[in-house]
Amino acid sequence: MRKTPGVSGGVRKKMPEGKKFFLASIPFLILVFAFAYVPLMGWAYAFFDYHPGMSLFDCDFVGLKTFAKIWANKEELFRVMRNTLALSFFSILGMPLAVIFAVMLNEIKSSKFRKLVQTTTTLPNFISWIVVFTLAFAMFSTDGMVAGVFRAIGVDKVVNFLGDNKHAWLFQWSLATWKCLGWSAIIYIATIAGIDSELYDAAHVDGANRMQTIRHITIPGLYSTFFVQMLLAISNMLSNGFEQYFVFYNPLTADKIEVLDYYVYKIGVLTNDYPQSIALGMAKTVISVILLFSANQLSKRVRGESIV
Amino acid sequence: MKIKKTKAERAGDIVIYIISALLMIVCIYPFYYVIIYSISDPAEAAKGIFLLPRGLDLSTYQGIIKLNDIPGAYLVSILRTFFGTGLTIICSSFFAYLVTNQKMYFRKFVYRFVIITMYINAGLIPWYMTMKFYGFQNNFLLYIIPGAVCAYYVILLKTYMESLPKELEESAKIDGAGMFTIFGRIVFPLSKPILATVGVFSMVGQWNQWQDNYFLVTDAKLQTLQMVLYNYLNQANRFQSMSSNAIDASAVTSSITPSSIKMCITVLVVFPIMCVYPFLQRYFEKGIMMGAVKG
Repeated sequence: MRKTPGVSGGVRKKMPEGKKFFLASIPFLILVFAFAYVPLMGWAYAFFDYHPGMSLFDCDFVGLKTFAKIWANKEELFRVMRNTLALSFFSILGMPLAVIFAVMLNEIKSSKFRKLVQTTTTLPNFISWIVVFTLAFAMFSTDGMVAGVFRAIGVDKVVNFLGDNKHAWLFQWSLATWKCLGWSAIIYIATIAGIDSELYDAAHVDGANRMQTIRHITIPGLYSTFFVQMLLAISNMLSNGFEQYFVFYNPLTADKIEVLDYYVYKIGVLTNDYPQSIALGMAKTVISVILLFSANQLSKRVRGESIV
Repeated sequence: MKIKKTKAERAGDIVIYIISALLMIVCIYPFYYVIIYSISDPAEAAKGIFLLPRGLDLSTYQGIIKLNDIPGAYLVSILRTFFGTGLTIICSSFFAYLVTNQKMYFRKFVYRFVIITMYINAGLIPWYMTMKFYGFQNNFLLYIIPGAVCAYYVILLKTYMESLPKELEESAKIDGAGMFTIFGRIVFPLSKPILATVGVFSMVGQWNQWQDNYFLVTDAKLQTLQMVLYNYLNQANRFQSMSSNAIDASAVTSSITPSSIKMCITVLVVFPIMCVYPFLQRYFEKGIMMGAVKG
């Protein structure tokens, strides 16, 4: 940082430290502005009759007509929202699994074995959905491993899991659970480690057995963490994630797994209707932020602590 | 002193061990399957393999190394992981250091300005248009610049740096050390544990990232490994015609099948993660806990 001439003449005065630090942060603020705030300006296109390649100045201002257009297609919108909410609902419903898994891990006395279980079950979290898709394909496609087992034991019925419309939600949920279970459990494992060990000792002295200890000490110790995770999941319910539903998308299951994130892509990139896609994305972000703040308020009221 | 276990507790232990073992198998087996498939004789593997590879045969690996898109994509993925992570670590940690200084002007505003970006997402099309506007289409910089200052990492780093003893910084200041010296000589080296966590998160993120590639990079020379895998998965026919030339030309046995190629690429994509992941796991855990404190 260059020294600027001091305010008081004569003695060369150093720039105040606070100013120096602020000036040094400006390049980073510009970076953040350029990549996180500038795209927000794109929201303006939602209010114009814009087509890719045009200049915004040549487009007619249409106000809220874009939103009316989305509404005009409400059958599709409802289907997408049904899928989005259903898949989020299932994933919220499955959240206790991570708690159960964490409690179970905690009961393993051999620390080596516990580490091993934890390491192997967390691995799927670190691969991309593209790789998950390859693995799922290798396992569940019509000439995959499972079909091979069926053939080997003489069952002729070949189930095509990837194209099974009826159980599409269940299948997608299972994949997501497979990928995330070990990872989601980490936070509970750490919370359990933080529970006062005197509580356990006291329980032992009182002759509590394992189930009683779990029910009266471990589980209550996890309430607060679970509550926060749940609130975060609820405020995140419009974002199922784009990657999973993009890679697993196929015509057979499309009407079951087309979620909002995918719909934004479909309208924007495949049908090339920028304003509509932007309007959808905008609505999604605004609603998500409102949900998050409501969840935060709720948390403040119930726990006296904010979550964001 | 050992407390004797009751019968019920021993039964409980057995149940726990069985469930754990099953979970481990479910998590590991798909990877194992892909690996044994990739090293089996492709024709034999197509008939069905379950536990052991059949007729060891590495010709598919030899074949795909000769395909011109795979080694290049590997290099692009390595480069983006290396430079992307490096830039993210430097920028995010220096920024975090700046906002830990209580005297900083507009400190709260500066910090919030960055943290809010975790919650506002402009959406796919606005992001796409912006990147195009910056000239990041078919540009390697797309992979490394946008993530330079990441809000989540800033939270982790700032939380950690605030826990460092202030005395070291103070005494360095008295000795006449400036902002950059204090950061480079004291704060950065002392933050190694959390830098490792952030570095690992960022590396995995970079390695697995493909959407930027999918939407904005069409240049064959800039394709990442994930994208190449995706293309192979989706365009079995295209790749068959494309790769069979290369493979025939290389005079490798023509027994290579589309599935065996997919399996091999999957192994190549997952391999680096599988190698480093067990050693880095403890850093992940630290990160998730610190993030939970104020995430």
